[in-house]
Order: sequence, then C-alpha cells, then structure tokens
Amino acid sequence: MPDLSTNCGGIKSPNPFWLASAPPANSGNQVQRAFDAGWGGAVWKTLGQPIQNVSSRFGATKIRGVAGVGFNNIELITDRALDVNFREIYETKKKFPNHAVIVSLMVETKAEWQDFIKRAVDTGADGLELNFGCPHGMCERGMGSAVGQEPRVNEQITSWAVEYSTIPVLVKLTPNVSDILPHGHAAKRGGAHGVSLINTIKSIISVDIDRLAIEPRVGGLSTNGGYCGAAVKPIALHMVAALARDKSFGLPISGIGGVSNWRDAVEFLLLGSSSVQVCTEVMLRGYRVVEDMRDGLEEYMRKHDFAKLDDMIGKAIPSFSEWGNLDLNYETVAKIDANKCIGCQLCIVACDDGAHQCIHPNADASIRVPVVDESECVGCNLCQIVCPVSDCISLEQVNNGFASATWNEHVHEGKALRPKKGAH
Amino acid sequence: MTDRIGEARSEAVFEDFKGQYTRDQATVEANRCLFCSDAPCVKVCPTHIEIPQFIRKIATDNVKGSARTIFEANILGMSCARVCPVEVLCVGACVYNAMGVPPVQIGKLQRYSTDVAYDAKWRFFEAGPDSGKRVALVGAGPASLACAHELRRHGHAVTIFEKRSAIGGLNATGVAPYKMKADRAAEEAAWVLGIGGVEVKTGVAVGTDVSFEQLEQQHDAVFFGAGLGSDTKLGVPGEDLPGVSGAVEWIEQMKLSRVPTDGVRHCLVVGGGNTAVDVVREACGLGIPRVTMLYRGTQAKMSGYAHEWKAALPEGGRADWQAVVTRFEGDGRVERVHCARLDAKKQPIAGSDFVVEADLVLVAIGQSKLGALLSGLEGIALESGCVVTDEHGCTGRKGWFAGGDCRNGGKEVVNAAAEGKAAALAIHAYLSGGSHA
Repeated sequence: MPDLSTNCGGIKSPNPFWLASAPPANSGNQVQRAFDAGWGGAVWKTLGQPIQNVSSRFGATKIRGVAGVGFNNIELITDRALDVNFREIYETKKKFPNHAVIVSLMVETKAEWQDFIKRAVDTGADGLELNFGCPHGMCERGMGSAVGQEPRVNEQITSWAVEYSTIPVLVKLTPNVSDILPHGHAAKRGGAHGVSLINTIKSIISVDIDRLAIEPRVGGLSTNGGYCGAAVKPIALHMVAALARDKSFGLPISGIGGVSNWRDAVEFLLLGSSSVQVCTEVMLRGYRVVEDMRDGLEEYMRKHDFAKLDDMIGKAIPSFSEWGNLDLNYETVAKIDANKCIGCQLCIVACDDGAHQCIHPNADASIRVPVVDESECVGCNLCQIVCPVSDCISLEQVNNGFASATWNEHVHEGKALRPKKGAH
Repeated sequence: MTDRIGEARSEAVFEDFKGQYTRDQATVEANRCLFCSDAPCVKVCPTHIEIPQFIRKIATDNVKGSARTIFEANILGMSCARVCPVEVLCVGACVYNAMGVPPVQIGKLQRYSTDVAYDAKWRFFEAGPDSGKRVALVGAGPASLACAHELRRHGHAVTIFEKRSAIGGLNATGVAPYKMKADRAAEEAAWVLGIGGVEVKTGVAVGTDVSFEQLEQQHDAVFFGAGLGSDTKLGVPGEDLPGVSGAVEWIEQMKLSRVPTDGVRHCLVVGGGNTAVDVVREACGLGIPRVTMLYRGTQAKMSGYAHEWKAALPEGGRADWQAVVTRFEGDGRVERVHCARLDAKKQPIAGSDFVVEADLVLVAIGQSKLGALLSGLEGIALESGCVVTDEHGCTGRKGWFAGGDCRNGGKEVVNAAAEGKAAALAIHAYLSGGSHA
C-alpha cells in the first residue's frame, strides 16, 4: 500500500492534505472533526491582535449554474480570543499527536512576533506559518500581502521568526507580485524552512447589477477581496513550479490554490509540493471531500508504482521549458472518432469562430460527424476541449519528415522549420 | 369566445402530465444544454425555434429574451411547448440521446419561458404600418392565428371567419387536457390577437353564410385554414345508437362542457392513431373503470405515438389488437359490439367473430377533409381531400393560400403554426408585388 505520509519542511503528517489557514480551521472543534474525517494536517486560522469582521464576507463566481468555481473573501484573521485559540491548539495537538498542527501568525512589531511565537510554540504545535499573503484588510495596516510584496521586510520578519521559534517556519507567499522568485528567496534568506503558496489574489468578485454595487456588500460599500477556489489553480501551479524548478531555491513547498480533488493534489505534488492545503472546496462541500482525495491519490500512486510521496514529488518539473525550447516541428492534427461522435458540432463552431476554420460539416448532410481538414489543422486542441464526449477527439502526431527544431535552434543554428499551417 | 367554455367542464379533473418547472429547475435543466451548433433539435422543429439560444437565455436568467426567441419563430410557442410531441421532435433529436444521457427537456423549458412571459403579460410584437391591404382567413385555429399575427406585423388588415362560436380550433377543442385545457387555449388566442387589427367573425360559415366569391371580391388575399371536418364513421350497423360517438366530437364536449361518464363500465375506443390514444387516456382519467382500444393492426403498426401509448398503460388503458367492429347492438343504447379478428393483411379471419360488452364507444378513425369546400374554385387543386400548395402555402389560384390540417391532412399544432406563418410571408410578398402566387 502506498505511503501517503509526508514531511514538508520538517512538519510531518500522515497524508499531504492540510486544511489551509481559513474558516475551516477556525477552532478546535472544527480541526478535530477534520482530522477525524481524514485530513493529515491543519494550518490554524491566522492569529494576531484582536480584529472585528464585517458582514457579509464572501462572494462566488457562478458559471453555467455552478457556484464557487472562483471564490472570494474579505474576512480578516481570527476574531476569537487568543487564549482560547492557543488552548484549543494545545488540546488538538494533544489529541492528535501524529497530525500536523501549524499555527498561522500575522502581527506587526518584533516584540509581538516574539510573544506570539512563544505562545504558539508552547502549544506543542508542529510548525508556524507566517501569513505574508492576505491582500485585503490587514495589508492596509501594513501586514499580510504588504509584507509579502516587500522582499526586505519579508526577510527581516522571517529571520525574527526563525530566531524565536524552536519549530519549523513556513512563509506563506502572496501571488500579488509580478515574479514569485524574489519573494521565495527572501524567505529563504530569512531562514525559513519552507514556503506555502499561493495566498489569495486581490480581486473584485462581482457587482450586484441591480443595486449597482460591488459584492460582497457591507451596507452600501464593499472592498477588494482575496480570490481563490478552483479557478486560481493554474496561477498557483505556475508559481509553485517556478520556485520548484529554481535549483538555487530548494526549500520545501506546501502547495495552495484551487485544490478541489485528488487530481488537483497530484498536479501540485508533481510540480514540487510536498503537502497541499485546501480551503474553498471544504467551505463549499465540507471536510468529507478528503475521503476522495486520499483514496484517489492512493490509487494513482498504485497505478504509477509510486511507493511513497517522495517518489512523485516534482516529477513533472523536467517537462517545463521556456517557449524557445519547444519543438516547432512537432505536429499534431485532430482526429474525430465517428463511433463516439454525437453530432453536436461544437467543434465546428469552435474551430470556425475561435481557431483555424479547419473542421467542416460532412458533405453528406445526413451525417453529423464533422470532417477535419488535416492539411489546415494546427493541432491547437480547442475542438478537443469543447467536445462533450470523452476520448472522441484526439490529437495525433503526424510524421512530417522534419527533424526537431526549436525557435532558439532556428534562430541560432538555422535549423529548418516545417511549413506553417492555418496561416491562410 | 370564452362564453363557450363552461365552468364545470369534464376536462377540469385532469392535472398536467408534465409539470411546470420552477426557476431553479429550469436553470438546472437549461445548464445541461450543450449549445450545439447547427443543432438537430432546431432542424426537426417545423417552426425552427432557435432552441439552444432560448435555453441559454434561461440559464442566464434572461427569460424575457428567451421568450422573445421562441415567439419570434413561433407565436404559438406557449401551446406548442405543452402539446408538441417533443419525444419525436426536438427532444428526440437532442444529441444527448446518442450519448445515452437523458435528453434536454426542451418542451418543459419552452413552457417555462412562455408561461413566465404570459404571467408577466409581456408583449413582443407590434403591428406594422397600415398597408391598406385586406386579407380574409377562413378558420380560427392555430394556422390562422399564426397567419393573422404575422400578417399584422406587416400591416395588413385581417378578418377571421370562424363557423364555431369559439376560436382556437383544435387547440381549444381537441388538445388532451393533461397537456392544455381550453381556457389556456383561449388565453393564447387572445394574447396572439392582442397585436390588434384582427376582426374575428364567429358563427360565420364560409361557403354557406358568405360565399368564397364574396370573400375574394372583398379582400386582397384569402388564407384557407379550415382544419378538418367531422369524425369519420365506421359505416357499420347500429352506429347511430346512443353511446356511440365520434372521438373528436366527444373530446370537444369534454373540453368545453361535460360528457356523461357516470355508470359507464366499459369504454371501447376504435382506432389506433393519436386521437384514439388520447381518448383512451382521457376516458381512463375520467374514471371509467375499463377502457379498451380496438385497433385493426398490431401495436407495432399503430400510428399513435409509442410514448403516448406507453403513458396510457399505467393509467389503465388496454388494447385489443388486430380486430374490427362489424356491428353495434343494444336496447335503446349501445350494449354489445360485434367484432372480428383480422390477419396480418387486415383481412377478417373466418369464424373469428366475438362480442364485447361496452356502454360507451368512441370512434377515432379519422376526420373528414374540408378541401372539397373549395372544389368549385378554378385553379385550386385537391389531393385526398387536402388543398395542394407549394412549400410557401400558395395554391394554384391567384391570391389564395392555405395551411394547417386542411393542407397537411392533420398534423401537429406546430405544423399548423409553421404553415400559417409561412403563408403569411407568402401573402405579404404577394401583396407587396413579390413573386409568390
């Protein structure tokens, strides 16, 4: 049976699925129920100086009837009493000694960091996560993403935390930067044991078009929030991979951003995460989603013969390259399986309006299966994406007789490129 | 016209066979639509409603836009949503069928948008500027209503001549009440004619009260949409006994007033078409304990829709296949029906006579064709009693057009709506000096 246990920056847990620092990890009762449901770890809802929250706090995108593909919040850090939080962390850790309990912190001054870290360590927690990420509310007070966007401040505070802490320190990074690398390196210079990313993306989730007001609405006003949920996964994967493939970085990564099921988790692991953190899917569906995450991952590992997580972490990283190194002579064309085609012709309209006008209705109008003009097909994938039938449209390689040639090789070495297609 | 639709009608006991969607149900179902390109559902719809577009608009809560899309193609979209045999039209063509996935419930979605539109009293179309032309429409059924509406959009003055005292045609008098009741059909007729400028002359039989020559003289064009005539008779002894009735006549009575069913123990329905199946379901619904359909052919050969017959079975409908009525008997009222078995070629099998006890017999073997009414008019051709036209509804006589059951021999409401509208466009082209007719 595959071993799902992990060690992310010195923080060990029976599986890589952690609750992210957010409403699902707000209290001892919740975190303990989550552990009972199968979660391997939890990053407690961020602790800091007392705050007060607004109502309402959340918003969600609704696409074709599905709410929450993207999600946003304007909630701040914990609004519960600090001593209650610390006591519940202590109790939770005591009750679940093998699970990872990580305390998320966000304060301002050096003295506050020292005080909070001491109290956090005293709970018996397994690690700390420095919240340098929230892009709403707290950043206006010089915390959260305001720290994460300034590498020098990030490094400074990280170094304080590492100095005061006797347990591993993760730095949670904000995606609200143009390049994630300087921010990961700042955390590394500060002595962090790992990083977690991404925090939420600065956003306006929606506008109430009848009230002419931004949502979520707090009386007559609103503010920008932090965007998360399945829709942000591609941004998170990009940032995780950027750090993971930087050989001079090398810190463990806890991947966050749109993990909704075991497949998403596998993607984060393959791009270098050694744990994943989940919030939105739990907010929408509850702790029970972890059951599918765990056995989906386990079955995947079995299928690919990965005995332990380390065997798979980062395994997709080598497949990343700069665009200039992609083989321009690699050619594919779309093939439609006539036996599977249901005749919706979504591929025709997609190709006609959104691609290269190379999928046509059958000349015999009684046949609904479209015809691909392979001489014009650029192999763009759009038809495959819009097709509602699994494995009906495939992209198959064409042997065009041209040897591999990248743009860089073409420019610098004069390698020959195949004739362009679809450039009529 | 509503004075003809009584309060205590037999049809009132029926509930909708296909319920009405709530907004949430409609949204969930609308979001299942794949938004096919060159969609098969649109192709099979006689009125070519842009189905993927109207469904998409439900999904985005643009219900007014959705209803406009429907009515733009088919002004009778409300009744068609309820009465269309969608199983063999749009829903049957949904590509999900090929995927083994339940097809999108297009009819129920169309009913949702059109019902919301009626409830909100939305109107979408205005009469065009007065053209100075006058068109006479014979009959006030779906074909004429669709034709009248389209003619008014082009500014032509319209007069409808209807021999009955109620308008709406079979939509009011013939539709199975678990699909639509007569008052809803009347509401639709009023909504359609709400465009204004349509004079309705009820109780006027063209050919008797007004001659066709008079119509021709007083109008710039004539649309013949008279529908079908009375029930066809079996032509066997005893058919005039009380308790033996034409199905269409019985259905009309059930829908507009009451049919006596108390004490009826066995209703025998003769025929195998859609009217026969309808009347089986109706008789069952009215509480007649035993209802049997007697059909000359096999189940596989019946012209009634399979999905309708399937629905009749759990309601209590039964069939006696490959049998024919030879005569009726009874003392002052039908009591016994003498029948004979038929072979595969529908020929009587010698010595196969049998007797069925029945106290109500409904004969559903077709309706007479009304094309003959026009037989004296030079240029108008008839085929099997139906008026012959081109695909636009133009007859061989200048200025004369036809559509609906009198042209197609008896099809669906949606065919009548399509033909009425097509004829209106042909009439408009003709009146504008265009090519048609």
